[in-house]
Order: sequence, then structure tokens, then C-alpha cells
Amino acid sequence: MLESNVVTPVSATIEQLEVSNPVVRSEPRRDAQDTSLVSIALIVLSTLIGAAAQILLRFGADNLGDGGLAGILTNVSLIGGYVCLGVNTLLVVIALRGGQLSVLYPIIALTYVWVTILAPLYFHDVINPSKIAGLVLIVVGVSFIGSGSRA
Amino acid sequence: MTTPPDSILLVLAASLVGSLAMVLLKLGADRHREKRALLKWTMPIGGGIGLFLASSVLYVLGIREGSLTVLYPMVSLGYVWALLWSRWFFGEPFNRNKVVGLSLVVLGVFFIGFGNS
Repeated sequence: MLESNVVTPVSATIEQLEVSNPVVRSEPRRDAQDTSLVSIALIVLSTLIGAAAQILLRFGADNLGDGGLAGILTNVSLIGGYVCLGVNTLLVVIALRGGQLSVLYPIIALTYVWVTILAPLYFHDVINPSKIAGLVLIVVGVSFIGSGSRA
Repeated sequence: MTTPPDSILLVLAASLVGSLAMVLLKLGADRHREKRALLKWTMPIGGGIGLFLASSVLYVLGIREGSLTVLYPMVSLGYVWALLWSRWFFGEPFNRNKVVGLSLVVLGVFFIGFGNS
């Protein structure tokens, strides 16, 4: 019983033990962590806020006029858009703490889906078969990546 | 409408810089576990945000000329670079689901680009 304590690496912290996966994988790997569902949920939330940012920035750009600094600083949509971008980045960083970059980053492509669906509601954009095909491909692709998050 | 090679190179550079920005954010996010060292995690995250800004400047320069149908979806190639970086820098495994899923995502973004033309 004592020997099992001896083989535990002294350097392994509790956090490292939490994220390490005891299951042996077929792929060569060093110390990649599994991706938690919380991280995936945070990234999906960040794509919704990122889509809101893009819509707001476009509103802001349309209302910019000949602007000047005063025009930019009083442009509520533009400022709201940048605030959303900031919140978006914050959520991405928090999410990245609990998962793999190669899983979480491609999920951000869902932003394309929300923007493509939302843009026709606010602007003169249209949805056409090519866009619908693109949306379906992205959603299916993200599902594949999500299901690959636990190797 | 033909797309000049300069525009393609600028947008490719934007996707590359954007993927490196994500690498820095991931580096900072991982180091946040080490509670004591404030600079050790704020510097990569600050660098990552800086690279995002640089990436958007390159993108805007790139799309001044050429067809958005081609250029806009090319940013999604950043996901492909990131797959390589995450393997090299963080030891994350490739698996079939990631490769298939990523291919579908990039294809999907190109379809949306065609739909925008």
C-alpha cells in the first residue's frame, strides 16, 4: 500500500490529477485535457454574444455618417458592439481553461450560423439555399467536433 | 470579379494571426491556474487580444479589393491552423471526428460565402 504512494509523482497537483484522463487512448498524446460540457456551453454562449456584437457593429457602422470622434463616442450600437466583443473574449478565455483548443475553437463557427439567421431580420440580407446548406454543414461539423471531445 | 493575390495573402495572414491569437489565449487561460503569477497569464491574454486586433486590420486591408465570396470564408482556415498548433503546442490528439467535423465547418463557411455573392 505504501508503494502506491511512492509512485505518485510529487509534482502532480490536485488540478492536474483532475484533468488527466486515466483512459488509455490510441493517439499519441502528452497531457491534453478532456473538454468539459461547461466549457462547450460557455463557448456556445460566446458565439451568441459574438453574433450580437456583429449585428450591433454593423448597425453602428451604418449610422456612423461622417462622424468624427464625437460621432463614434455617442454611437450606442458601436459601443454596445465593442462591449459584446469584450464579453465574448472573456467567455472564450474562461471556456479555454476547461478544454482543448482544437475542440473549442471550431465551435466558434456557430457565430456564422446566428449571424446568417439574424441578419435578414435587421438588414436587407436574404437567406438562400447555399446559405442554408452552409448552416447545416457547420452545425453537423460542430456536432462531430463536440462528439470528438472525449476521444 | 477576380481576386488579386495580394488580397488572398493578406486574408490568409489574417487567419494565421487570428489562430495564433487563440493559442496565446489558451496559454494564458491554462496559466491562470497558477494563482500567484499575474503577469504570467495576463501577458499571453493581452498578446492574444493584440493579435486579434492585428488580424482584423489584415482582414480589412485584404478585403478592400477582390471578391468577398472568396475572401470571407478564407478566415475559417484559421480553424485548420489551430488544429496544427493545438497538436504541437498543447499535445491535443487528432481524431477522426475532429478532422471530419472541421472539414464540414470550413465547407459550410464557404457555402455561406457563395450564398452572400
